[in-house]
Amino acid sequence: MDLLQVNDLKTYFFTEAGVVKAVDGITFNVEKGCTVGLVGESGSGKSVTAQSVLRIVPRPGKIIGGKIFFNGEDILSKKEDEMRSYRGKKISLIFQDPTSSLNPVFTIGSQLTEIVSQHKGVKKSDAAEEVIKALSLVRLPDPEEALNRYPHQFSGGMKQRICIARALLLNPELLFADEPTTNLDVTIQAQIINLLMELQKNIGLTLVMITHDMGIVTQMCKCVVVLYAGNVMEIGSIEQIFQMPHPYTEALLKAVPRLDQTRKLVSIPGNIPNLINPPSGCRFHPRCQYAIDRCKDEIPPLIDVGDGHMISCHRWRELNGG
Amino acid sequence: METLLEVKDLVKYFPVYSRGIFMKKVVGNVHAVDHINFEVRKGETVGLVGESGCGKTTTGKLILNLEKPTSGEVKFEGIDVLKTFEKGSNEEKSRLRRSMQMVFQNPYASLDPRMTIYDIISEPFKIHRHIPKEEWEDRVYKLLSMVGLEPYHAERYPHEFSGGQRQRICIARAIAVGPKFIVADEPVSSLDVSIRAQILNLMMDLQKDLGISYLYISHDLSSVRQISHRVVVMYLGEIVESAPTEKHFEHPIHPYTRALISAVPIPDPSRKMDVILLPGEVPSPINPPSGCRFHPRCQYATDKCKREKPRLEEIDKDHFVACHYAMNFM
Repeated sequence: MDLLQVNDLKTYFFTEAGVVKAVDGITFNVEKGCTVGLVGESGSGKSVTAQSVLRIVPRPGKIIGGKIFFNGEDILSKKEDEMRSYRGKKISLIFQDPTSSLNPVFTIGSQLTEIVSQHKGVKKSDAAEEVIKALSLVRLPDPEEALNRYPHQFSGGMKQRICIARALLLNPELLFADEPTTNLDVTIQAQIINLLMELQKNIGLTLVMITHDMGIVTQMCKCVVVLYAGNVMEIGSIEQIFQMPHPYTEALLKAVPRLDQTRKLVSIPGNIPNLINPPSGCRFHPRCQYAIDRCKDEIPPLIDVGDGHMISCHRWRELNGG
Repeated sequence: METLLEVKDLVKYFPVYSRGIFMKKVVGNVHAVDHINFEVRKGETVGLVGESGCGKTTTGKLILNLEKPTSGEVKFEGIDVLKTFEKGSNEEKSRLRRSMQMVFQNPYASLDPRMTIYDIISEPFKIHRHIPKEEWEDRVYKLLSMVGLEPYHAERYPHEFSGGQRQRICIARAIAVGPKFIVADEPVSSLDVSIRAQILNLMMDLQKDLGISYLYISHDLSSVRQISHRVVVMYLGEIVESAPTEKHFEHPIHPYTRALISAVPIPDPSRKMDVILLPGEVPSPINPPSGCRFHPRCQYATDKCKREKPRLEEIDKDHFVACHYAMNFM
């Protein structure tokens, strides 16, 4: 069953310079108990998608179209106070930078127990117990002691563990992890990835991993959604997107250096487009080596090309021998 | 290949002061770089790898004398860099500066927002006066085309460029004085994935055309493999392993290097990862662990590792490892 369905979501930012179409018609589903990768470069709309699902898009951003269903319920039609029972309780979020997402002037204990007592209306001491449980779940050493400490007393990796514990305090069904390891060192990144995968298995969490690192996606996710400039380029299983990728995914994979081999990198020409004036037709066409006139004029629809592999490209069939 | 740069027993401690109103008292030292030795040969790229706080950026700055070392020696083409900057004539200093340049991590912070690209790239000419003024203009346009920019870009300001283009400008500025050696400190880590390949390819092309040597500082092992001929791994201010790239990635010896390499996710579904998870985190460089600095996180550590510091020894041609049990891991 699909836990989350996003249909033709449009989130625009109304800035002085013009309307930034950060998310422009994104459609994807997240199956219950699955790990889905949301991949894209900066400005592809991956973080805004997560913010839209939680309805915490910062101003001047606005969701102007589309539907989001969580467990079959339409989230966008909920009132603001109904929405509060979703945030943290059903859908939760971990941010990229653990340092700026913890308040430096409060202890870990007071920040985390507040969440529990606010949402569940329990006594402070009971709340503290739940916090300790969550902190030991993410394997923070000495969780009782940690309650009395301030964020600056922890390293980056430990702070990210605390943020994960905070996100899991109210037992959400769906967790968005927005580049949770980008600011961490490789060996610490491995620890956090390992932790997230374990949590996903042990407590049956549904995880949406937002990242730009194809390696992380390959190792963590079953299903991948590839975004570019606010559009979905491709949705498929890891095997599908490696065997018969969309031209953008293909170019991306060829441009990324790999640890296990040395080869000539084929760089993608040009730059990421400006989303106030996005390219016409397929948004990737100015940088695509296969682009033809049709790509310039017509927006390619996202179609199922077999076994749930969805592609938005005019030329994919022809390029893949069909 | 000929040796271009030699780093001998280089040390940098940053003093830590106690808090006091009137008195500043040194209570300890951050052992940022602790007795490291390596060399860079002509026309080659050496990748300097390590996690944050291991001293890789400090090493780069020490080589260029942007930071004064506590002790040790840096020799560039046989010339003692530190002595030259201390006692040498202006002419000698200037010549040395021209042969060693730097490209920084953040191209947004390393270009003056009020200068046009022409001014930025011609500023080295103004300072060094090594080419006559009539040639400046031609030189600037030539440099722009070398890094893949157009002549009309010269009149623009930095804010009109994307991150990748800005990094190209920084590279043009660095090669304006015709350096033989460039310290590139994480030059692609702040760029988007699809742009990184452009800059890495540019650096490799320039190396081919101009014979520049690089010290490529990075925490991203995949890009290090792509660009380097040799790799030096640092941990807590010390070198733990150095080897030619192929050997480094295919047959790493030091337990830290192996854990580091195993931790990088590979974008290939047919290769499942076999991560060696290191327990804990990098200890404080103020009170580094005794003996081998990696011992508290090493699964093979013995009493000897706690007591005795392993020396960096050549175990194979050009392959140096600092581990008591290197032979067991061969």
